[in-house]
Amino acid sequence: MTNAKLMQGNEACTLGALAAGLDFFAGYPITPSTEIAELCAEELPKIGGRFIQMEDEIGSIAAIIGASLTGRKVMTATSGPGFSLMQENLGYAGIAEVPIVIVNVQRVGPSTGQPTSPSQGDVMQSRWGTHGDHPVVVLAPGNVKECYELTFKAFNIAEQYRVPVIVLMDEVIGHMREKVILPDIATLRIVNRKEPETPAGYLPYEADDDGGVPLMARFGQGYRFHVTGLFHDDTGFPSNKSDITNRFTRRLLRKVEKAEPAIREYFTESTDDCDILVVAFGSSAMSSLSAVRKARASGIKAGLFRPKTIWPFPEDSFKELAAKAKRVIVPEMNLGQLVLEIERLVGCKAPVERLSKVNGELFKPEEILSRIMGGAK
Amino acid sequence: MSDILKYFRQNRLPHIWCPGCGHGTATGALVRAIAKLKLDKNKVVVVSGIGCSSRAPGYLDFDTLHTTHGRALAFATGIKLSRPDLKVIVLTGDGDCTAIGGNHFIHAARRNIDITTIILNNNIYGMTSGQYSPMTPKGMLGTTAPYGNVERCFDLAKLAIAAGATYVGRATTYHATLLEDLIGKALINKGFSVVEAVDQCPTYMGRKNKLGTAVDMLNWLKDRAVNVKAAAVMAPEKLEGKFLVGELYNQPEPEFTAEYMAMAEQVRRKYDNFQGGVRECGQNSD
Repeated sequence: MTNAKLMQGNEACTLGALAAGLDFFAGYPITPSTEIAELCAEELPKIGGRFIQMEDEIGSIAAIIGASLTGRKVMTATSGPGFSLMQENLGYAGIAEVPIVIVNVQRVGPSTGQPTSPSQGDVMQSRWGTHGDHPVVVLAPGNVKECYELTFKAFNIAEQYRVPVIVLMDEVIGHMREKVILPDIATLRIVNRKEPETPAGYLPYEADDDGGVPLMARFGQGYRFHVTGLFHDDTGFPSNKSDITNRFTRRLLRKVEKAEPAIREYFTESTDDCDILVVAFGSSAMSSLSAVRKARASGIKAGLFRPKTIWPFPEDSFKELAAKAKRVIVPEMNLGQLVLEIERLVGCKAPVERLSKVNGELFKPEEILSRIMGGAK
Repeated sequence: MSDILKYFRQNRLPHIWCPGCGHGTATGALVRAIAKLKLDKNKVVVVSGIGCSSRAPGYLDFDTLHTTHGRALAFATGIKLSRPDLKVIVLTGDGDCTAIGGNHFIHAARRNIDITTIILNNNIYGMTSGQYSPMTPKGMLGTTAPYGNVERCFDLAKLAIAAGATYVGRATTYHATLLEDLIGKALINKGFSVVEAVDQCPTYMGRKNKLGTAVDMLNWLKDRAVNVKAAAVMAPEKLEGKFLVGELYNQPEPEFTAEYMAMAEQVRRKYDNFQGGVRECGQNSD
């Protein structure tokens, strides 16, 4: 008997979280992410975990940060409007270095927008939504199985680097059903945050300036430490000293920068000899893959580069491929967000073409194929 | 004195509050109440939001969490649900609790989650230097109410009771021993407990409204406060412009985290006895 199951992206995401050790979920109902909360409400009480439906998304992210400080592995799930509400506390998790996972199943925005239609309009918000320089990691599943794998990975990254991790899905990825063969949980490598051994001499934010990750104690274990969203020194207490502010900001970002080689992940198809490189993520990449295969069948040398991690972007691998390409095409369900990264990375070495779709519908492979074949811009 | 000193992070003192500020008195009342109950320092978490009041936890020797503006109760809800065995205390101000944090306040009360919330109510935004809050009495001055506050203010105790809090008390910093007593009872109540500590801000509230020194302001608080027992036999017109102090509500009800744990226990028993299939996901945590 295999572990094959027919499941939805939102379901796979929840199972991946549980496999990683999720034991606290707080959320607020919002389409198209709600199935994640529903499944957590059902599963968590069975395993000694906790579920709470908070009064809003601000409260949801606050509650998971609180729970994470007691040592739990935590997650919340939302969509555009709720993700916007979470931004302030996302920054809090960043500066206080509290591991959390946020799933954002993107829908059409701005505002209430189109709740049941897919979009990819939150690329930049996921990186820069909260104010100030801050660390964040953004993972983008491209199919149902990856919802499981990348949510699992999100927990490991959050725990290892004490950083908020966003799983950036979209309505199609979240609601689509596919046959998935889940890995045997026993084979998965679960990462837990590093904890101090004794309260004696514990400094909650003591870390190497070069991107070090401090040891994380739990509330209620006798450490009696202080956590604040103010800039703080290694004792955890507020400090206005310019030297500390400078070093601390740099360490927070350096922490993720240093981890980039371990975090970066991508998928390619037919890129070895491609002239036309299509770059897409999430559900747009599914249509792109189909388009690239059709182009190949007609003898066109097209290839697909699909980042599974958008922030950090797999820069080096991408640059290598882009250097050989004659054209780069970026289909995305927004008016140009990921493409800004791509333009930056490609420079003037090849023309970068935007292929935007913002009518609330998924790309048809033919639309991308037509562009590959040199169709209308 | 040595009883209470051990609950302070003495190396973090002196505090940042202005001379004459009432927050030290209120924080002292909390610590005295904790000392009287001999709470285990390692099993208490104090959570705050943003504002003058919310700097208090930094001086207290517990696990302490200084969160974002208005959100202390939401962070505290996560802590308490995760670890129902911990004593969770929220220290918040009138703006933090009743304006930006109003939604979390009424929902924490509705759930009757076992969190003791102490509102240091100085009727003004002190940290940003004197704007009116939802607790500023009508007609009083603030930097954003230069012609007098035209808004009505909350009766926070009534709000808490209506929203479902199971213990509600109010005292002023003039009534410091009453305040300590009420906080003690609030800490004992297993449910959402609210103590409003009405205190003085001589720097902003006082200067702007020409209320005099800190001592004058304490007298101003005393003159307006009426004990709830005395008020019961007073004519309504005598209570105009006054507010009630004392224990205003004490009615135990099922507590949220206990209810959640009982539900989870039932679910687990049913699930563990289920013989028909394989557990699909997850692993045991606590």
